[in-house]
Amino acid sequence: MCVRQCAFEGHSYDPETDEVISREEVCVGCHRCVTLCPTNALTVRRNPLDFRPNANWTAWAIRNIFKQAETGGVLLTGMGNDRPYPIYWDHLLLNASQVTNPSIDPLREPMELRTYLGRKTERLELDYRGETVKLKTQLPPQLKLETPILFSAMSYGAISYNACESLARAAEALGIYYNTGEGGLHPDLYKYGKNTIVQVASGRFGVHKEYLDTAAAIEIKIGQGAKPGIGGHLPGEKVVEEVSKTRMIPKGTDALSPAPQHDIYSIEDLRMLIFALKEATRYTKPISVKIAAVHNSAAIASGMVRAGADIIAIDGFRGGTGAAPMVIRDNVGIPIEFALASVDQRLRDEGIRHQASIVVAGGFRNSADIFKAIALGADAVYIGTSALIAMGCHMCQKCYTGKCNWGIATQDPYLSKRLNPEIASERLINLIHAWSHEIKEMLGGMGINAIESLRGNRLALRGVGLTDTELEILGVLPAGR
Amino acid sequence: MKRIFIKEEFCIGCRLCEIYCLVEHSNSKDIIKAFKKENPRPLPRIIVEEKGYLSFGLQCRHCGEPPCLEACMSGALHRDERTGAILHNRDKCVGCWMCIMVCPYGAIKRDINGKKVASKCDLCIGRGLPICVEKCPNQALILKEG
Amino acid sequence: MIGNSAGAIGAIEAIRKVDRSSPITIISDESIPVYSRPLISYLLSGEIKPDQIYYRPRNFYEKNDIKPLLGRMVKKVIFDQKIVQLEDNEEIPYDRLLIASGGRPFIPNIDGIGKSGVYTFTKLDDVRRISSSLREVKRALVIGGGLIGIKVAEALKKRNIDVTIVELTEHILSLTMDETASSILETALRKEGIKVLTSNTVKEIIGNGNVKSIRLADGKRLDVQLVIVAIGVVPNIEPFRESSLHIEKGIVVNERMETNINDVYAAGDVTEAYDKILKNYRTIPIWPNAYYQGKVAGNQMVGNDNYRYEGGFMMNSVEVANIPTISIGMIKPPTQDAYEVIKRYDRGSNIYRKIILKDNLIVGALFVGNIDRAGIVTGLLKDAIKVKGFKKELRNDSLGFISLPKELRKERLFKGI
Repeated sequence: MCVRQCAFEGHSYDPETDEVISREEVCVGCHRCVTLCPTNALTVRRNPLDFRPNANWTAWAIRNIFKQAETGGVLLTGMGNDRPYPIYWDHLLLNASQVTNPSIDPLREPMELRTYLGRKTERLELDYRGETVKLKTQLPPQLKLETPILFSAMSYGAISYNACESLARAAEALGIYYNTGEGGLHPDLYKYGKNTIVQVASGRFGVHKEYLDTAAAIEIKIGQGAKPGIGGHLPGEKVVEEVSKTRMIPKGTDALSPAPQHDIYSIEDLRMLIFALKEATRYTKPISVKIAAVHNSAAIASGMVRAGADIIAIDGFRGGTGAAPMVIRDNVGIPIEFALASVDQRLRDEGIRHQASIVVAGGFRNSADIFKAIALGADAVYIGTSALIAMGCHMCQKCYTGKCNWGIATQDPYLSKRLNPEIASERLINLIHAWSHEIKEMLGGMGINAIESLRGNRLALRGVGLTDTELEILGVLPAGR
Repeated sequence: MKRIFIKEEFCIGCRLCEIYCLVEHSNSKDIIKAFKKENPRPLPRIIVEEKGYLSFGLQCRHCGEPPCLEACMSGALHRDERTGAILHNRDKCVGCWMCIMVCPYGAIKRDINGKKVASKCDLCIGRGLPICVEKCPNQALILKEG
Repeated sequence: MIGNSAGAIGAIEAIRKVDRSSPITIISDESIPVYSRPLISYLLSGEIKPDQIYYRPRNFYEKNDIKPLLGRMVKKVIFDQKIVQLEDNEEIPYDRLLIASGGRPFIPNIDGIGKSGVYTFTKLDDVRRISSSLREVKRALVIGGGLIGIKVAEALKKRNIDVTIVELTEHILSLTMDETASSILETALRKEGIKVLTSNTVKEIIGNGNVKSIRLADGKRLDVQLVIVAIGVVPNIEPFRESSLHIEKGIVVNERMETNINDVYAAGDVTEAYDKILKNYRTIPIWPNAYYQGKVAGNQMVGNDNYRYEGGFMMNSVEVANIPTISIGMIKPPTQDAYEVIKRYDRGSNIYRKIILKDNLIVGALFVGNIDRAGIVTGLLKDAIKVKGFKKELRNDSLGFISLPKELRKERLFKGI
């Protein structure tokens, strides 16, 4: 079975010796064979081929040079930044009620996690008529989420149809949204339209009238956390018949999105595109703009909000990808913690925080990371890698080969069968339920019963092991104060 | 009665169903012993067909009008009154293969490892959920009324 | 019911499924509870024990409310009075009658056929008689290279008797095999030490009371102490010869298993029924066919018209010299042009596979050496499925549902449940 299940042909059966032999050098560490082996006979270890210990010239650095010397090519990789940069979520701690403010028990009392994403008005005018109260103010279009979590943009082409369907089904069942990424929307998924955010990226793949009409919201993709400054990359092997039809590009060609959107060269151009989309959808859908977290994110965000964006999506440097040059993924962009804190603060300072919702993304691993992000000012969090892991991904980072053994990042029909949307969507639903419950526990522990009370409430956080500057940028007091 | 159905779009051709079926029908019910020590080695009752990237597992359909039971010359094939499953009595079987000749699903195999007898799915009577349905890693085999 | 074998049991089990009250009487000339006749060669060889010969559990008659009259012979049936008359003159009245009296061995007109030591091989009693004589037998001769002849020859060989088979035509099993298949099996039998003489026949059986030797058509003599006549079976219609029952070679029945006489049905080896492949009426003396005809008859006898006999076809499964074989339908097409033959002969492993098509329908198939999943082909033949879309796959041993187009596969996998 291991022989059949490894797409990298790591195991083979030799009928002469009646043995299964393994080619250790091709193992990517995806654990497919380990998970399915009925006798638990397999495990995966780091290949113990050591170089002499060298803090600067690590095995990783040396091997990368070998590869490039051999091929002359750009090193590709998949998933998010795996270098040991500090994780600031792990330096932030939460509060709990003790004596002064009683905690609330989420199992016994109602907790509000519902979140609305979209432009909010400055004031609400109400109409009182005897017993009834009606809202006079016309609200701009909103997205309603039952919990402040959404599924991040992952394109059809980078991931399999079954993976897209699993995300769509889970989003529908959970009352949240998933994002098509720049791969367009497959017609069979139109039925999940009211839980779909469609993306208009620089390649404009699959963008047409029905695409925009079916969606609940539209996202203009300026950048992505894993590869800020460059466009999307889908290797030709993954552009099969259905992908080619959905993206409206020829089969088998590399789908390389241009780095910039060629009709957006300034903030005024962005405003034109935002309003073009609003006009095209008759102002019924929120327009989101997604940027990667870079040095001047705050200024850009301010510009985006003034340009008319209803939602700002910021993707931190740990964001995942199906394929990106390793050097870009590992070195470009800044941590989402700082980007979020600075964007939220800047928008508040300018008095326009209410004009757009902030959604953040980039390596959120658990409900605590999400909770802290909301405390720092996010309205909601996009999860990408976590969702894939819930569906079976083991982070082998070989997505760009199209040989995903779990049927997620592949278009090979033999492999994509392995992802059963019935099972995968249920796992996603389980994950979000679990995290929502944990968020409620943390809220209750603080004595709050609505996520609104946490949003942007930096006093709920304390920092440990952070420098004064870092604390200042995050707007958080050190633990003890 | 409930029968086993296969969803061919989710069968990944891993053949774990064959392995677990074999173990379940062994004496020791232990995978290592069933494969390495038991002689004759038991046969899996499920047949996995594979062509290109398409694959699916097939086993006895426990038909309402079973041609195998009607063709059986020794009376080894009979219907279990309680569950409705078609069961096979290895002691009565003489290996005439009439059942193999008439089964339109080709669900019966020749077990020639020991005494020559026919071999087919018994719906894991006595176990509750058939083992192949339980162990399929992609939920491609389901037990359903119909 | 006249008869106590596959036909009768098929009818009884069909009747008792819906009618638990009407009284059923079974009349058989053998004093034994229902047993499987095809298994007698396994009994003779010692492969099964005497108590394994029974087809249904001992309490079968009791459980199904049947009155068995065993060891009683039928003299005749007075159809207009609806009475069955037994040899001892007892009269049994009936409302509905099933004639499932099976076949009786064909006895040729050979000089000396009446001598002691000459047997036929169709009943349990034959096994007992032959077995008890084996101590004095060194060499045996089997007349007839058909199914019964081969099975009994192999059984005797397993009892360490030296056996010779004499077959009239050029090839053994000529009714169910073609030349290639026959010769594979002949070679295998010879390897087992069984002598096979084809295109030959016995002219005289010689001996003083007990058989001592035989003389063949080519003049040769063989010293034998046991002769088994296994030329074939013919429908057992003796008690009905003088009646108004429509009999050709066997009792003619329609798709409801009805004879020409009201309330009289027939099933099994005694009938002449429609063959859907050869498109004529004939006797198909094979166990599954008899059981199924009995099932149809039984249903019709209780007024359930849902079961009709759409036509049978020849089908045989037999292992010869440890080589499994299955043969169904028409395996020797009469003309070349209208029929398409797909065949594969792997000499190294002695595997022979032949499928005969007419107008893209399977009309016959022959499997030697590898019979895995042959029933799939039987199903395609029986249901007259057009095979155009996957004809190329038919020659492969790996033919399966995966070879069929998706729609056809989905349809066939979930029918008949």
